[in-house]
Amino acid sequence: MREIKYVEALNEALKEEMERDPDVILLGEDIGKEWQGAFKVTKGLEEIFGPERVRNTPISENSFVGCGVGAAMTGLKPVVEIMFGDLILLAMDQIINQAAKMRYMSGGQASVPIVIRTPFGSGGSYASHHSQSLEALFTHIPGLIVVQPSTPYDAKGLLKTAIRSIDPVMFFEHKFIYKKSGPVPEDEYLIPFGEADIKIEGSDLTIIATSMMVWHSIKVAKELKNEGISVEVVDPRTLVPLDKKTISDSVKKTGRALIVHEAVSRGGFSGEITKMIIDEAFDYLDAPIKTLGGLPTPIPFTPNLEKFVVPDPKRIKKAVIELVP
Amino acid sequence: MDEDLTDPQLLQMFEIMYKIRQFELTAYDLLGQNMIPGTLHTYAGEEAVATGVCLNLTDEDYVSSTHRGHGHCIAKGADINKMMAELFGKKTGYCKGKGGSMHITDFKVGMLGANGIVGAGIPIAVGAGLTCKLKYPGRVSVAFFGDGASNQGTFHESINLAAAWNLPVIFVCENNLYAMGTDIRKVTANPNIADRAIGYGIKGIIADGMDVLDVYKKAKEAIEHARNGGGPTLLECKTYRIKGHSRYDPALYRPKEEVEEWMKRDCITNFKEKILIGEKHIDQNVIHEIEQKIIRQIEQAVNFAKESPFPENSSALEDVYAEDLK
Repeated sequence: MREIKYVEALNEALKEEMERDPDVILLGEDIGKEWQGAFKVTKGLEEIFGPERVRNTPISENSFVGCGVGAAMTGLKPVVEIMFGDLILLAMDQIINQAAKMRYMSGGQASVPIVIRTPFGSGGSYASHHSQSLEALFTHIPGLIVVQPSTPYDAKGLLKTAIRSIDPVMFFEHKFIYKKSGPVPEDEYLIPFGEADIKIEGSDLTIIATSMMVWHSIKVAKELKNEGISVEVVDPRTLVPLDKKTISDSVKKTGRALIVHEAVSRGGFSGEITKMIIDEAFDYLDAPIKTLGGLPTPIPFTPNLEKFVVPDPKRIKKAVIELVP
Repeated sequence: MDEDLTDPQLLQMFEIMYKIRQFELTAYDLLGQNMIPGTLHTYAGEEAVATGVCLNLTDEDYVSSTHRGHGHCIAKGADINKMMAELFGKKTGYCKGKGGSMHITDFKVGMLGANGIVGAGIPIAVGAGLTCKLKYPGRVSVAFFGDGASNQGTFHESINLAAAWNLPVIFVCENNLYAMGTDIRKVTANPNIADRAIGYGIKGIIADGMDVLDVYKKAKEAIEHARNGGGPTLLECKTYRIKGHSRYDPALYRPKEEVEEWMKRDCITNFKEKILIGEKHIDQNVIHEIEQKIIRQIEQAVNFAKESPFPENSSALEDVYAEDLK
């Protein structure tokens, strides 16, 4: 199978969905032909679909997200790019009070088929306003779907599903996965929400990891295989809805769970997964559930500090070894 | 006055305004009797604005509304039975009892929803305007909002966006001078919100929000401009509410003289006496019949609401997502 980059997979998903459905439009800052998106996800799309459908917005997050909400309510399917995940905070009213609740408040009359996609995560010395992982905030809100794909294959299949969803979708792309490559079929495919993916099979311990931490965990699993520890890596891919069955079946099989995400550990989604495992698989556990997340700090600027505050393969490996006797 | 309007059209204006007024005064009484839970913000006093604007719209045009949204619903053609049932929290209400006063929505008549967040409906109307432009040329979208919302970021951002993209959106500011108890003149140096339009490169118009004919005429101009591809207009309607902001608000922050002055300009009384009877010599019995018809309709709406069941508890979990999530 051909290999393409994550950014190319996302670009293909947008292109294919825009070709398929004339109601799909793109909104965002600098997504047009001049800049092609801060991370080039929208490269070449204005050239194909024109400025009416690929719309460069002013720097007004709350209102261009709100514009997307209103457009979605009335028949368009906007895919809105927020240039950095941190800037989502400028649009929280439209996402949480409007998009998420509109169906409910209107007694089922309104649908808001909007996708809000954004690069997030640390690793480039972008400091505290361009590096956060905020996905857990949105998992708390009824009405939102939360997607966090880790591979090019998942990114493409899930973005296409997100664009076809009639509920609002928060779509988190790690900015340091954009250039990673992986197999993506030429033929069309979709990945349903709520289906976790077992990235590596194993029998001694389950790592439940998201986004960049999936790549780190795969690396650790490969290393530990040589050291005689068999690690299974499960990627939930969508946090809401969460594939409880695949995750809990894996933990029932291995008897041990380590949950890893880049977002700050406190209040992170690892707590929710822990709770789910306790509900579904407590009797199968041979060791306490362990979670590994970011330290409780903003993301610092200078490289050594930035690396220090988020989990890395070394720390993941150490945590596995502590759990497996 | 506008010579183009026929007597039936003028009577229709009266009927809509009277319907809003009766609905609001009735709802306010029922709130006082605790028949209606929570709070509500009555549109009484401001009827000329919604009526004058919405008579220029069709069911295919969109409006986004505010916490003070009953008038927009009625003027846009919503069903008062379903509105009243929603205020009562009943299953037969527009939102199945999940929305209440501040979230009444009727997609069938292009009413995209009242809104509990001040200023939040403005970008939503811009999005509907984008849909009009890309999918349904000739349709327009109207954002209703108050003077309070004019100081939200969404006001500035949305007008800028709609102007830059030349969208068919009419921004209607209902300036009733008070954001809850805060006098707009104390939090904004220029009391004319319409003056801001020039900063966004669009036209700003001030209408007498107590005069339905003035609102109608100026809204017509703005709406036709938008329908013909001319882009947005900011239409400020100077108006005044009869009641306080919401439940429990006697509105003591408004000077007595100011209140009396505005009440003399009541949009319904003046329209009836000066225009319908004074200028047009319409038979008072005709007007009386309309009034009686509306009063009966409101009574029916209250009975419908009273007799309707509350929703089952299980319905609380419905309509969060389009389908049940695993």
